[in-house]
Amino acid sequence: MAEIEGGGGGGHKKGGKKPKGKKMSTRVDFTPMVDLGFLLITFFMLTTSMNKPKTMEINMPVKTEDQEEKIKVKASQAITLLLAENDKIVYYFINDKTGEPETPVITDFSPGGVRSTLLNKNKELLDRANANNYDSIPILREMYRLNQIPEDEMKKRISGIKANKEALIVVIKADDKAKYKNLVDILDEMLICNIGRYAIVDITPVEQDLIKTAMTTINAN
Amino acid sequence: MPKVKVPRKSTSVDMTAMTDVAFLLLTFFMLATQFKPDEPVSVNAPSSVAEVPLPETDIMTITISEDGRVFFSMEGQLYKAELIKKMSAIKGVNFSPEEIQSFSLMSSFGVPFSELRSVINTKVEDRGKLNQSGIPSDSTNNELADWIWQARLTNNMVRVAIKGDQNANFPVVKQVIATLQDKKVNRFNFITNLTTESAE
Repeated sequence: MAEIEGGGGGGHKKGGKKPKGKKMSTRVDFTPMVDLGFLLITFFMLTTSMNKPKTMEINMPVKTEDQEEKIKVKASQAITLLLAENDKIVYYFINDKTGEPETPVITDFSPGGVRSTLLNKNKELLDRANANNYDSIPILREMYRLNQIPEDEMKKRISGIKANKEALIVVIKADDKAKYKNLVDILDEMLICNIGRYAIVDITPVEQDLIKTAMTTINAN
Repeated sequence: MPKVKVPRKSTSVDMTAMTDVAFLLLTFFMLATQFKPDEPVSVNAPSSVAEVPLPETDIMTITISEDGRVFFSMEGQLYKAELIKKMSAIKGVNFSPEEIQSFSLMSSFGVPFSELRSVINTKVEDRGKLNQSGIPSDSTNNELADWIWQARLTNNMVRVAIKGDQNANFPVVKQVIATLQDKKVNRFNFITNLTTESAE
């Protein structure tokens, strides 16, 4: 930076040719210092990453040998999501009259895909049981935003709503070809759709075949 | 009519205030900056709407790279030194105090225990070039399980965070989760980046 000579800030008289005895100006040219300051600011601003990593908490059920202790889910209340390759989801319900799986449907991670399925099914189940209290979740969030209720209370009440016995139960099974991203995305959907009861379960060979057949029918069309 | 005298104003502006602000900002950014520890792999974490920040202490991180290698790291130098002592007692390998010190300063690593010494003895600036093969985590030789178990014995407050690459294959993740469950870790965290998508 050799161009400082020009004395960019200006304003002070040339000091060199003054007759002796005259006082020298005490003003110092701050321009280079400010330049350097801003350079460093720019550097630190660009290198600082402000967003700290976030986490998603997962609770897995305790592994029990005892089959009796496994929680039985009411078949009609459950949806099974199979995470397949290429960011696809195959889901099916269990017919509560026959106890047989219904025809699987292929969907994806777009908002109109699995999210609307989950939201609609959850609403349907809750409305049928006349126990739909999910509408109060956005109200609670709004109340928290307006500082009407403390955060703890909001969380407690929302988790109370999510624990609704009539709500949808989601069984998540990932295929070996699925990516880690798919798992996180689907857990994200649980959060977005306020589904409190879900489980990550190992996939069975029958379901792997089910994905294959569903995929081939899609490709044939 | 006499001309109105317009006093000439100096064109130089007082820069003191600006300088003050600039240096204030500079100080802030300098203090707020945390330099990333050098990771042996770069991992592109998936994004989610989860808003819980990651705790900075009492945490061990299991990193899963895109090609399915598993890395392990733990917070706290003292805990790490304790951890390597415990591990070497199990494996019957002795590390010198210098090696223990060097390990406690290391960030994450991903090699079988037998190769750990060579990683420790590699200079810090050369470690990035090492091709670390990942910690064995399959059922035949599950060293990851030992690391997790010993880490929990070292620091009983420790929490587990899994930092997977978004394109990591699910079987590896499943393997790691199964290992955790085997070691009675049923609560763990997935590290994600925040998206701006609304939660409604």
